[in-house]
Amino acid sequence: MAKVLQDLKYTKDHEWIKVDGNVGTVGITDYAQSAMGDVVYVELPEEGQEVKAGEDFVVVESVKGANDVFSPVSGTVKEINEELDGAPELLNEDAYSHWLVKLEVSDRSELDSLLDAAAYTKLVEELEAEGH
Amino acid sequence: MTRTMETVFEASRKGRKGYALPKLDVPAADCGAVLGDACRKEAPRLPEMAEVDVVRHFTGLSKMNYSVDDGFYPLGSCTMKYNPKLNEAAARMAGFALAHPLQPEDTVQGALKLLYDLGVMLGEVTGMDAFTLQPAAGAHGEQTGLMMIKAWHESRGEGHRNKILVPDSAHGTNPASATVTGFDTVEVASDDEGMVDLDSLKSLLDDSVAGLMLTNPNTLGIFEKHVLELTDAVHKAGGLVYYDGANANAILGKTRPGDMGFDVLHLNLHKTFSTPHGGGGPGSGAVGVKAILEPFLPAPIVTCRDGRYTLVGAEERPKSIGRVRSFYGNFGVLVRAYTYLRTLGAEGLEEVAEMAVLNANYLAKKLSGLYPLAHKGCCMHEFVLNGGPLKSETGVSSMDVAKALIDAGYHPPTVYFPLIVPEALMVEPTETEAMETLDKFAASMEAIVARARSEGPEAFHAMPESTPISRPDETTAARNPVLRWQFED
Amino acid sequence: MSRYIPATAEDRRRMLDYLGVGSIDDLFSGIPEKVRQKKPSDLPPALTEPEMVRDLKKLSGSNRHTGEMVCFLGAGAYDHFIPAAVDSLISRGEFTTSYTPYQPEVAQGTLQAIFQYQTMVCELTGMEISNASMYDGASAAAEAAVLAATATKKKKILWGGTVNPQTRETLETYCWSRQLEHRELKISGGRIDEADLRDALAGGDAAALVVQSPNFFGNIENLKAMADSVHGAGALLVVSTDLLALGLLEAPGRLGADIVVGDGQSAGNPMSFGGPAFGFIAVNKPLMRRMPGRICGQTVDRLGRRTFVLTLQAREQHIRREKATSNICSNQNLCIVAASIYLSLMGPAGIREVGEQIMSKTEYAVGQLEKTGKFKRAFPGAPSFREVALIADEPVEKLNRRLLEAGILGGYSLEHRYPELKNGWLLAITENRTKEEIDRLVAVAGGEA
Repeated sequence: MAKVLQDLKYTKDHEWIKVDGNVGTVGITDYAQSAMGDVVYVELPEEGQEVKAGEDFVVVESVKGANDVFSPVSGTVKEINEELDGAPELLNEDAYSHWLVKLEVSDRSELDSLLDAAAYTKLVEELEAEGH
Repeated sequence: MTRTMETVFEASRKGRKGYALPKLDVPAADCGAVLGDACRKEAPRLPEMAEVDVVRHFTGLSKMNYSVDDGFYPLGSCTMKYNPKLNEAAARMAGFALAHPLQPEDTVQGALKLLYDLGVMLGEVTGMDAFTLQPAAGAHGEQTGLMMIKAWHESRGEGHRNKILVPDSAHGTNPASATVTGFDTVEVASDDEGMVDLDSLKSLLDDSVAGLMLTNPNTLGIFEKHVLELTDAVHKAGGLVYYDGANANAILGKTRPGDMGFDVLHLNLHKTFSTPHGGGGPGSGAVGVKAILEPFLPAPIVTCRDGRYTLVGAEERPKSIGRVRSFYGNFGVLVRAYTYLRTLGAEGLEEVAEMAVLNANYLAKKLSGLYPLAHKGCCMHEFVLNGGPLKSETGVSSMDVAKALIDAGYHPPTVYFPLIVPEALMVEPTETEAMETLDKFAASMEAIVARARSEGPEAFHAMPESTPISRPDETTAARNPVLRWQFED
Repeated sequence: MSRYIPATAEDRRRMLDYLGVGSIDDLFSGIPEKVRQKKPSDLPPALTEPEMVRDLKKLSGSNRHTGEMVCFLGAGAYDHFIPAAVDSLISRGEFTTSYTPYQPEVAQGTLQAIFQYQTMVCELTGMEISNASMYDGASAAAEAAVLAATATKKKKILWGGTVNPQTRETLETYCWSRQLEHRELKISGGRIDEADLRDALAGGDAAALVVQSPNFFGNIENLKAMADSVHGAGALLVVSTDLLALGLLEAPGRLGADIVVGDGQSAGNPMSFGGPAFGFIAVNKPLMRRMPGRICGQTVDRLGRRTFVLTLQAREQHIRREKATSNICSNQNLCIVAASIYLSLMGPAGIREVGEQIMSKTEYAVGQLEKTGKFKRAFPGAPSFREVALIADEPVEKLNRRLLEAGILGGYSLEHRYPELKNGWLLAITENRTKEEIDRLVAVAGGEA
């Protein structure tokens, strides 16, 4: 089964977020990278861009297709992970140690509607049982 | 097949050449004196080759291709029918191939008549009132048609209509064309028979809808039985309906989009009207419209006035969307389509649809023991096999099957489309294949499925083995794009 | 029964028996009765091959053409020489009757040809990346404008009044449909008016300037200076040019172009009454993933052998659907195969020599015409290539009629598009013209013959 880390929050669309103070670090889950297959390019937003919860703001391209990544919460892009430029395979190697974007979170209450590790594990188990 | 070949850049030898120009018979001008700074300083690194080198190189390249002239090419949705040689000869006639597009009209009456007659004939075949032959490809035709829909709404003060409805089974080109024309795409769900769900459609219809794009028969090879209700519902909501002619081969002489309620359509002349695909182009996406959209056609159009053929430009057609490219279209392609239409006539065209549909149903039944079919009952000119069960059972994917078919001597069907069928294999035999070809293909498929069951996926991973290369590493290609020859210097 | 359908009556009966249906018509029962076609289409009767050939000969024979006339007409389509090897090779069924190379193992020929073509376009334009081609130069310019608007997130496109009128019309259509604004720059001395350009860029809201060089009048635009001002205003420079002209002219990539587009008909494709030929588009790395259309790349197969595939497909419609960079899903493939054969035969020396002959013959023709005292250059200060705008001392229609009677296809009449150029005559002189032909033109045009 795909790996799920305990101390993160998750979305149904397979993004993770870790919040430290007002800064949220966002990435895609192990399940997501595995479903996408070989990642070939990551299109990151510009620093300073404002995003709303649920808005697509990153595109992860794999050989199979292009996958939109949706922001788990609203906020402003503070930093992007430039290490992925030229090394997109890092997401396949370990999707949790290679984040995509750091956000200045504008409304912490939005975090409450995200999934915790237990709920996300359940979702992944269900999907894997269906053969996805 | 030929093994892999060196590139022309590797084959190049300094000082070789494959041309000879007549000696300059006027005083030589000096580039610097005439053009100043605009003179090129460094020569482009084009290959230097003798004519024989060039001929052998490109002959060698051609032998690494599989083509309709080589054999069966059941690529769904692409209508890979035989391309008659007469059509090639026609396009090369000096009066066509060597005509300058801006010659005085009285010196190109033959070319203009051909364009005019082709438009009239396509109008008759599809039930539309007028045609433009300008668009260079199917996608270009879609864009042109959608632009006319946009212009029509704007002319009625309804420019706010910004949505185009597209079934979830549609080709990716449909939503992409909607976007490039400034529309938002809204997907319409299919029902369990793969047809557009009438209720879902109705629930989406409001005064923000500009139109619906529909492929009929749809990408599962099924005729939309509610087509009149669908077009009627869109019209009632103030929208227009676009017919994607990708699958028009199935309906020639049997039914006409114009009679189904469509307002605008494109035909892929390189599919239905047998002009060759050329490895991906040139094609032609001729667009037909009902009278209400005629004023919006791209300029210029060809008309006939007092027995003389003439081009009418935007200055006389104020509502025209304008030009979508240079000149009048891919004329050489249009000559081929004209020749095909005149050769077949009405009966010949109907026979095309009949044999395309008979061949498809025959082959579908032959393969139905191997795969579940995505349709029930009769299909039209193509059908989709569901490769999901074989994959679950044996681990062999539809891509593996496709590669095995290459080793069996065929071009594979379209794989992984339409998206609504898992592990889809989309098969379009076309009318130009003989029964024994279909029988042999079915036997090959049977052998491949048997091997999948007995040996599993490992047996397939090395396939194809009969080709110059085996499966390419697409990940490396996309991660580290090498898009041009890398010179060593 | 059609000669293109192998099924015999016996075959059809056996297939129907296998299906258990009585007639072919039963297979069409899925079409509702209401929309069934009740009577055959009203088309002219079918023709056998000999009859068809007769019809075609009559149609093509009623056209005059550049095989029997001496062509001095250009304005977007050019009479260049095409070696016999080009048509001989592209006539091979393996090139003509194959599909888009989606199964790379059986399409290496097409893929390698595209890869080689992309390299040649990069070399000629001085850019890093070319796609596999566009419909034509006009639509390529329009796609480049859209690309620039997306990349700069600005909505205004500038172009010169010196851009081919058909390209400008195509740009207008695409801008309208993509909700982009545009502004056409004034002409000064047959080139873009630099003061008007500065004024247009002053607002900082321009996404791109589309400049054609050699422009519609054949004049070379001052690309380098324009690149500086365009970049200074945060816009992109789109240069529209001609592939063959780049054998002699400096590569736009070296002069600051961000996107280079143009027509490739001049390289190995017949005029064919305006098509098919192809357009090209080339960019540098920063715009690579915004490029429209298909792109071929090099990789290896599972045994490590060099292999070519279509790549960067995540940009394209079959994957990205409504979010694709463009809806284009074809290239003018056979036409670029022709171009790459042509360019392989010619090599760097050949296209340079073609360019030099064009330049020398243009100089000669203009000099001889000026000597008659009946023609003068419309833009004496501007260097020009292959085409030159002249002012005649009589209406161009009259002049061209006289030439046509002498078997000469005269130049393009500029007055219709540019009313300020009364009796304006755009003459094209390719390497295909001989001194004797030019002298004949001068004699008839000068009123001696």
